[in-house]
Amino acid sequence: MSQSKMTSLQRVLTTLGHQEPDRVPLFLFVTLHGAKELGLSIKEYFSRAENVVEGQLRLRAKYRHDCIYNFFYAPVEVEAWGGEVIYCDDGPPNSGTPFIRSFEDIKTIEPPQIEKTPCLTKVLKSSQMLKEKIGNDAPIIGVVMSPFSLPVMQMGFDRYIELMYERPDLFDHLMKINEAFCVQWANAQLKAGSTAICYFDPVSSTTISTKQMYLKTGFEVAKRTIARIKGPTATHMASGRCLQIIDDIAKTGTAIIGVSGQENLAELKAVCENKLTVLGNLNGIEMRRWSSEQAEAEVKNAISQAGLGGGFILSDNHGEIPWQVPDEVLSAISEAVHKWGRYPLAWLNPKKQAKKLMVS
Amino acid sequence: MTDLVSDFIEAILSLDRISAKKMLDNQNHRITPVEFIEEVVAVALERIGAEWQKGTLALSQIYMAGRICEGLVDEILPPCAPERKDQPKMAVCALSDHHKLGKIIVYSLLRASGFDLLDYATIEVEELVDRVKNDKIEVLLVSVLMLPSALKVKKVREKLTDMDVKIIVGGAPFRFDDQLWREVGADAMCQTASEAVAVIHKIMGGGL
Repeated sequence: MSQSKMTSLQRVLTTLGHQEPDRVPLFLFVTLHGAKELGLSIKEYFSRAENVVEGQLRLRAKYRHDCIYNFFYAPVEVEAWGGEVIYCDDGPPNSGTPFIRSFEDIKTIEPPQIEKTPCLTKVLKSSQMLKEKIGNDAPIIGVVMSPFSLPVMQMGFDRYIELMYERPDLFDHLMKINEAFCVQWANAQLKAGSTAICYFDPVSSTTISTKQMYLKTGFEVAKRTIARIKGPTATHMASGRCLQIIDDIAKTGTAIIGVSGQENLAELKAVCENKLTVLGNLNGIEMRRWSSEQAEAEVKNAISQAGLGGGFILSDNHGEIPWQVPDEVLSAISEAVHKWGRYPLAWLNPKKQAKKLMVS
Repeated sequence: MTDLVSDFIEAILSLDRISAKKMLDNQNHRITPVEFIEEVVAVALERIGAEWQKGTLALSQIYMAGRICEGLVDEILPPCAPERKDQPKMAVCALSDHHKLGKIIVYSLLRASGFDLLDYATIEVEELVDRVKNDKIEVLLVSVLMLPSALKVKKVREKLTDMDVKIIVGGAPFRFDDQLWREVGADAMCQTASEAVAVIHKIMGGGL
């Protein structure tokens, strides 16, 4: 096949095979911007599958990126468990007061039944509609919170850390329940039309857990869970650091790792070489105030660090671009990828790349 | 003292409360409890905060270590004890966010370093402004996780222009954008919770 005729899906699959496609794939994780496109409030936008489908399709047409992101909001899962979701006008819906109020509650909680839970069936409907519209042109990315990271919203971060250290018996019990739900939720999304699942796991990052702790906990949970998900997965650290545990993450069976803007992209790419595809790592918080020129420079820099040889998808470093990022910046990012991301990356000198890596 | 700090760090990172407490008890008046807090506990917390920033320690360790130190310091220096520092009136909050871990760590580390402060928990802008005014707060520590919450600090600052209150901010959005704290009108930003101790000392010395 001629490289110039690649669809987004072919482009992504080629880079996942650690080969160079026609250009660097771009995953623009725009969720809230769909509400802007449709002139709706964020709450109204996420209330119907049809809105999200229309929003995602318009955003892809506008920015020519290489995936459809069927992500509503992180606390959709705690909403399904009976937890509280708090909406605001200028940011992602947030989880409210945790619904696990004492360690003892863990003994009696039961996971939601997906087909009987409207906030989840809404996501599945969106997945199905997107598949009908997109077919095999672009990957549709479904999202789950990892069983290991979900408790931050289920019970609060402080209580969760205490649980891990002080009540390993109840921690194990909670993981068992969460793993079963996560597998069911991921597979339901795949069945409905998602191509792959983004497994958000920030608590496993070395920003939050030590490597030693990760190997005993988040790593084992991820291995067990990902093995039962019937499709490809991308593990995302949501801005958390992961360089020290890349080899271990690769052993969980995931194909992609979403990396932090606070770690060196060239170094990450070198460690991931032929094991994991690197997804990242534009700074979404700073992006808010970038000029078009800076956006182009940032894209160029990221491609220069990680683009050679494939195995790289350009995106933000958090898995969700803030509402405050202007359309002009998103357009500039897209333009820059289309301009500087074309393979072969003739404007890069591979020798210079090797030197840069050695220095870092 | 360096060895004592290192041993203390080892104890709190191993969650060994008993050894940490023994180190204090074994001083036999070589240093006072207050000196122990200032020269051992506070220094230890500052060092582990710096290690977290470098990526060599995890947030969960910072939290658990802070909790042990807070408990230890409370035993030897109960809340409102006269030995607690002569300090500006302070409060800490999680602004508009139920993710409170950052706020809890700041509260815990400051108390473990001998300071006293009010805990406003999760709070919205209007209520925060009212409480700061009523309590005559001089140093307000604001912890956030989400960008919209970080941007709300600007509203807090605008509504407190008639008060001489220093606003110190911290949390993920500020770590990812080092210009954001100035944009929202804060007086200082801390990369780690333990950095707040140094910033408060600076304020007390008139340097901020």
